[in-house]
Amino acid sequence: MHEPDHPWRGEWSGWHERAVRWRRGGGGPLRRDPEDRIAGGVAAGIAAWRGFSVTTVRIALVVATLVSTGWAVPLYFAAWLLIPAKGSQASIGSKARHDSKGIALAIGLASLLSVFLLLARVLNDGFLTTYGWPQVVSVIGLTLIWRNAGEDEQAAMRRLVEPLEGIGTAGEKYRRATMLRLAAAVVLLLTGLAWLLTSHESISLLRPLGGLLLVVAAIVLLLGPWWLRIARDLVLERQARARAEERADMAARLHDSVLQTLALIQRRADEPQHVIQLARAQERELRSWLFEGRAPGTTDTDSFADAVRQIQQDVEARHGVTVEVVTVGDCPLDDNLSALLAAAREATVNAAKWSGATPISLFAEVGSEQVEVVVRDRGRGFDPGGVPADRKGLAESIHGRMARHGGSATVNTAPGEGTKVSLTMSRSGVPAGTGRS
Amino acid sequence: MSATPRVVLVDDHGLFRSGVRAELGHQVEVVGEAEDVAPAIEVIERLVPDVVLLDVHLPGGGGQAVITAVKKTRPEVKFLALSASDAPEDVIAVIRAGARGYVTKTIGTAELADAIRRVADGDAVFSHRLAGFVLDAFAAGPSPEDVKPSFDPELDQLTTREREVLRLIAQGYTYKEIARELYISVKTVESHVSSVLRKLQLSSRHQLTRWAAERRLA
Repeated sequence: MHEPDHPWRGEWSGWHERAVRWRRGGGGPLRRDPEDRIAGGVAAGIAAWRGFSVTTVRIALVVATLVSTGWAVPLYFAAWLLIPAKGSQASIGSKARHDSKGIALAIGLASLLSVFLLLARVLNDGFLTTYGWPQVVSVIGLTLIWRNAGEDEQAAMRRLVEPLEGIGTAGEKYRRATMLRLAAAVVLLLTGLAWLLTSHESISLLRPLGGLLLVVAAIVLLLGPWWLRIARDLVLERQARARAEERADMAARLHDSVLQTLALIQRRADEPQHVIQLARAQERELRSWLFEGRAPGTTDTDSFADAVRQIQQDVEARHGVTVEVVTVGDCPLDDNLSALLAAAREATVNAAKWSGATPISLFAEVGSEQVEVVVRDRGRGFDPGGVPADRKGLAESIHGRMARHGGSATVNTAPGEGTKVSLTMSRSGVPAGTGRS
Repeated sequence: MSATPRVVLVDDHGLFRSGVRAELGHQVEVVGEAEDVAPAIEVIERLVPDVVLLDVHLPGGGGQAVITAVKKTRPEVKFLALSASDAPEDVIAVIRAGARGYVTKTIGTAELADAIRRVADGDAVFSHRLAGFVLDAFAAGPSPEDVKPSFDPELDQLTTREREVLRLIAQGYTYKEIARELYISVKTVESHVSSVLRKLQLSSRHQLTRWAAERRLA
């Protein structure tokens, strides 16, 4: 699987280095992105590498296919073979070199197709043969990919051709439907091709048009279910991603509220009165979230500055520390600012719990284009590299949350040096230049 | 300056006065006390202290009445305002009357002694809340209420550096920490703060005049 140095790698990185000069993409080596693919994820990889949008790259590929009379397709398969997938080192090609059976099969299939194309040429040397020849190369590429791709990629490919595979494996009813569709498509295709191939001698314009229609109908019949599946898969994938983000948001919320309270309860186990009070407050908060849809830590207020002061009151009441608040300016709350507040609350709670120092300074400034919150303590600080991976506070509740809402977070700290968390979120819906009332 | 600044305490709560006197101990020399406007003016003009620690809320007219009266006869006396309230109207009013700084009553003993020494030296003392008020009042651009003809950029606008210093004060940084953070000397930080204080006292920014007016002092 892991080939230390195969001949293509050197060539590829040389080309890459030259490309660096006009780079405007995200940087890093060119990698296919199987997360965001239609076929092999080559377009997504190029898009991420060069900083284009995926759609632009895909349209460019289609145009290139039309302009190059089909040669872009085998090029695509070559790229699929040669560019390693994201997160892996070796490309499919490096493995395929040793797959002698696969190579034999590929050559066999290619020669079969060549014979077919030669036959077609004898009958009519139209566009079919022009577009057909590049696909001989494609067949070789596809066969090698098919046999040597990684497990997950193979699974994805199998799902793509499943409608055809159904003939062999699926139930009786489904098999008959597929067979029927295949038979109809083949009849339509053959008739259409026959009309098309003989039409150049005919004066009538209707026959080639009819032939073309029949071919299109056959293709739709053959590939229709397949296209539908691709479209559905794309939608499902997008939904899955949205769900994952939602889950992360929810995990962050639960961490900030329930887990924090549980930790407090453990610490104050010998003060029953306090424990009851904490549990009650948490219960109220959880109920209002689950049944009234009000997220923990949010307030009824619409003012950002008021919400910051709310953080001060809550943290002072729960953790018995002093929080010194300075707010500059104010603006109405929105989703992004609520996320910023949640992250600021988490940072303040962290300072209250871990810094061992009081007061904690909470500074919030609403500028004309962005809102900044700085949470600072003079406490014991910590080593950011030494935080265990399962501690969600910093990674999820602060960094992850800010990133999901388009903001940024920086943490300056070192053991004994105190901690400073700066959170920045640009103001949505405020055109540059206007701002503060 | 003399080693220990001579201080007069002006506050209507006797308990608070004796508390401060006990806490400050030998760090400053408390030479006199007063509990209201009229006796305060009398004591200050008689003793001429280095610094007057002045409560913003006095029954007979508020702290700024003392400042305005004393400024006429003894302009060299410096005032450090002391307040339980954090309301901008209170703070800005005494600053515009002529106080060289403002601290809240929750301040620690060491910080209070430090603030008194600073004011005695002619520097300004900004609490983090005051820094926040100033940033608010000197928002990036002039607000629509700041009528154009009276707008003086020299006086009515903060420089980038002054803004940076104020933001750090608002975040609870000490002057020494600010100096380290911005790679400048403590002396430079002090001069930035003094310059902000001057602007605060003389600017015609709408926000400032409004805050001051709410304490009946334009």
